[in-house]
Amino acid sequence: MTTMISYLFLQSYWWVIVSLLGSLLVFLMFVQGGQSMIFSLPGSEMHKTMLVNALGRKWEFTFTTLVTFGGAFFAAFPLFYATSFGGAYWVWIAILFSFIVQAIAYEFRSKPANVLGKKTFDIFLLINGALGPFLIGTAVGTFFTGSQFSLNDMNNVQWANGWHGLEALLNGRNIALGLAVLFLARVNGLLYIINSVDDPDLTARSVKKLIINSVSFLVFFLFFLFTLLLSEGYAADKETGQVVMEKYKYLHNLIQMPAVLILFLAGVLVVLYGIGITISRNSRKGIWFAGAGTVLAVFSLFMVAGFNGTSFYPSSYDLPSSLTIYKASSSQFTLKTMMYVSFIIPFVVAYIWYAWKSINRKRITADEMKEEGHVY
Amino acid sequence: MIENADIVLTDWSRAQFALTAMYHWIFVPLTLGLSFIIAIMETIFVRTGNGEWKRMTKFWMTLFGINFAIGVATGIILEFEFGTNWSNYSWFVGDIFGAPLAIEGILAFFLESTFIAVMFFGWNKVSRKFHLASSWLVALGANLSALWILVANAWMQNPVGMAFNPDTARNEMTNFWAVLFNPVAVDKFLHTISSGFLLASLFVLGISSWFLLKKREEWLAKRSMLIAGIFGLFSSLLVIFTGDTSARTLAEVQPVKFAAFEAHYNGKRNAGLVALGFLKNSEKESGAPEEKDFAFRIEIPGLLSLMTGGSREAFVPGINDLVYGLPDSSILAVAEKMKRGKVAMNLLNQYKEAKRQNDLVKAETIRNTFQEKNFVNDYFRYFGYAFLDKPEDVVPNVPVAFYTFHLMVMLGFLFILIICIALYLLWKGTITKNRWFLRAALFSIPLAYIASESGWVLAEMGRQPWIIQDLMPVSAAVSQISPGAVMTTFILFAVLFTALLIAEISIMIRQIKTGPKSQEAQL
Repeated sequence: MTTMISYLFLQSYWWVIVSLLGSLLVFLMFVQGGQSMIFSLPGSEMHKTMLVNALGRKWEFTFTTLVTFGGAFFAAFPLFYATSFGGAYWVWIAILFSFIVQAIAYEFRSKPANVLGKKTFDIFLLINGALGPFLIGTAVGTFFTGSQFSLNDMNNVQWANGWHGLEALLNGRNIALGLAVLFLARVNGLLYIINSVDDPDLTARSVKKLIINSVSFLVFFLFFLFTLLLSEGYAADKETGQVVMEKYKYLHNLIQMPAVLILFLAGVLVVLYGIGITISRNSRKGIWFAGAGTVLAVFSLFMVAGFNGTSFYPSSYDLPSSLTIYKASSSQFTLKTMMYVSFIIPFVVAYIWYAWKSINRKRITADEMKEEGHVY
Repeated sequence: MIENADIVLTDWSRAQFALTAMYHWIFVPLTLGLSFIIAIMETIFVRTGNGEWKRMTKFWMTLFGINFAIGVATGIILEFEFGTNWSNYSWFVGDIFGAPLAIEGILAFFLESTFIAVMFFGWNKVSRKFHLASSWLVALGANLSALWILVANAWMQNPVGMAFNPDTARNEMTNFWAVLFNPVAVDKFLHTISSGFLLASLFVLGISSWFLLKKREEWLAKRSMLIAGIFGLFSSLLVIFTGDTSARTLAEVQPVKFAAFEAHYNGKRNAGLVALGFLKNSEKESGAPEEKDFAFRIEIPGLLSLMTGGSREAFVPGINDLVYGLPDSSILAVAEKMKRGKVAMNLLNQYKEAKRQNDLVKAETIRNTFQEKNFVNDYFRYFGYAFLDKPEDVVPNVPVAFYTFHLMVMLGFLFILIICIALYLLWKGTITKNRWFLRAALFSIPLAYIASESGWVLAEMGRQPWIIQDLMPVSAAVSQISPGAVMTTFILFAVLFTALLIAEISIMIRQIKTGPKSQEAQL
């Protein structure tokens, strides 16, 4: 029995870690949010240079978090990794393409003899900025709305349609979550630029854009939230693991896990507070509140998706194939080994924080862009 | 057993993985080595305070940054491709294989990405010592990342530290240290990073030679060459040593691959090592399909026996022995391994059936069988053979293995010669006068890339048909998507990566031609 408890603990522990990485990823997608406004926000070429350089010094954090998020899913929940990536092929390939073109765009855009031209690399940044958050949000939407797959005896995935994941784009709720994540990334992107670029004109333009993006975020987010709470959900029996449809499942999860409810509400309020102080008080600290709120809110959504007897990767085509954290997880030994590895994460966070502070000590100015040896 | 559509799907999936991996590998070795060379240069700058060393560091760092970005771009797809294109594999061994990938992210990627930002943007923002530490941490991070991905790759070549769980139909990790210190992993890691160091040394040597040919930046070029030469010399010694140990390990754990890269068909004592040779189709009627013979070869007598068995009398089995068996040397025929693999697979099917029928007693008995040491050693270890159609399927493409191996080795020795000559001429102070050598050093840059890619082609083509040695062939590992979908993504990757490569080379050449910035321009 102790073995079972320990295994259950490890499975839950890893769901928490993966959720934390997922929520940090959504926060760090402020880089993508900022990129999505590369043509619409700047009022001059210098504005664009400052915007790109402010984001360009952080893009690798987002990228690395995405890669680690994928790696952690592979190590801790390999059945999800195999099922979702191998099944919803086109969605993941589209996401990956958008990140591939991002990775070279910063370094290459302003280098002489870059063959494709600055504009092409800026379009790459726009593609990644718009598609990355939208598609990741849409893909996470299927955690609640389900996908069309089945698993055979060897736990190998068969996708039930030829769209291989693109059908997720036909579901209004998935799209609403995708757009909510995109507009949240844009909000955070604007707040980050306000924080790290010292240019009154660019700040004024960012504040102006912040209002419309915040409203758009709220519209799509609330639509997703209300339809989610009122919908049927995929409930998994805690003893047998059997998955059945349950009315108001996700609403029940929030009520039955009051700590998660509090985290969720706190997260949403802190995001709104961050936006509020930027608009009303011209504060530059909005990003820290909105960022922390984003992490809390997304983290609690992951809790709702995976805990309290819920299938986090349900199959709407074949209910018994639906994945719970228990069914999809690695062995006890691997989870335990990886838990020891995860103890290093606070140390990693600490040095990231230290390096971040060192680089961001001075805000980006037009003068620096003219003088700095390494400018994107 | 395998339908035609599946073969097409497997081929396109393999082609896509090969394409993306080979593109990625164009950029990785330079990152592995150049990061250390830059850190050494910066250390000298910090110790001497001489601004010329800072200028030199920054010049090579610019080239490093261009290369690094495209390395990252081409790398992300590889991690996710295990899921998108090899999902059956990802489940079958994800319990073991996923861990190194996650550790790579947590331990290495964050180290690299955090401190690379300090390296490029921190010159005027952090102290000299913090900046220097960042440069060393980037080098450490890059090489740590190589460690974990190579541990993962080595596990595919020599699966250790795991047990099969019939309930979940997958292999599960039982010993993390066995996975980490897998002999193949140790060899592979050291051989791969040292070859990366060597490539980077040749890169620095070659470009510095170009400056000398153009009579520009003589001070900077000569000192770059000196550092690259010394670093390259140590690296090349490590390459030779680890290459030797890698081959010995392979002879034990992947004997067919070993025999293939020597085109060694029939086992014998006092077997010679082929130093150079050309293959032709064999006229023999028996033996492995498409058996090759030598049209020409230079052989070092007895060396293969000496290297693998410690004496000239040691027997080195050939491809035919390994396929058709050799009872005297306790080599099982592949046909027998196929039978045993099928026993294991049938037992797994019986287990599934017993579970479906709720026959708990039978299920428990079978479950225990899967844990018995004898069953694991005599039957389950051949599980992958159950998927094969015929014994000859275990033979990889011999000419590819043979030529890539020999090309890699010959170029390796040529590089050592180039590095030794460079150091000698630098010592004599006559390097600028020997323009023939400067040209040779410049032209060795593409050769270093060819040698490096050849090593991976050998490692991966040479282990076919296996994705996991003896446990799973590639055909059983592939995701069930339409071949057309994979073909489409293959073309997309090919076009995109080629465009990016052209842009990268063009930018790199322009930056080299522009040369290091003046000290004033850097302030």
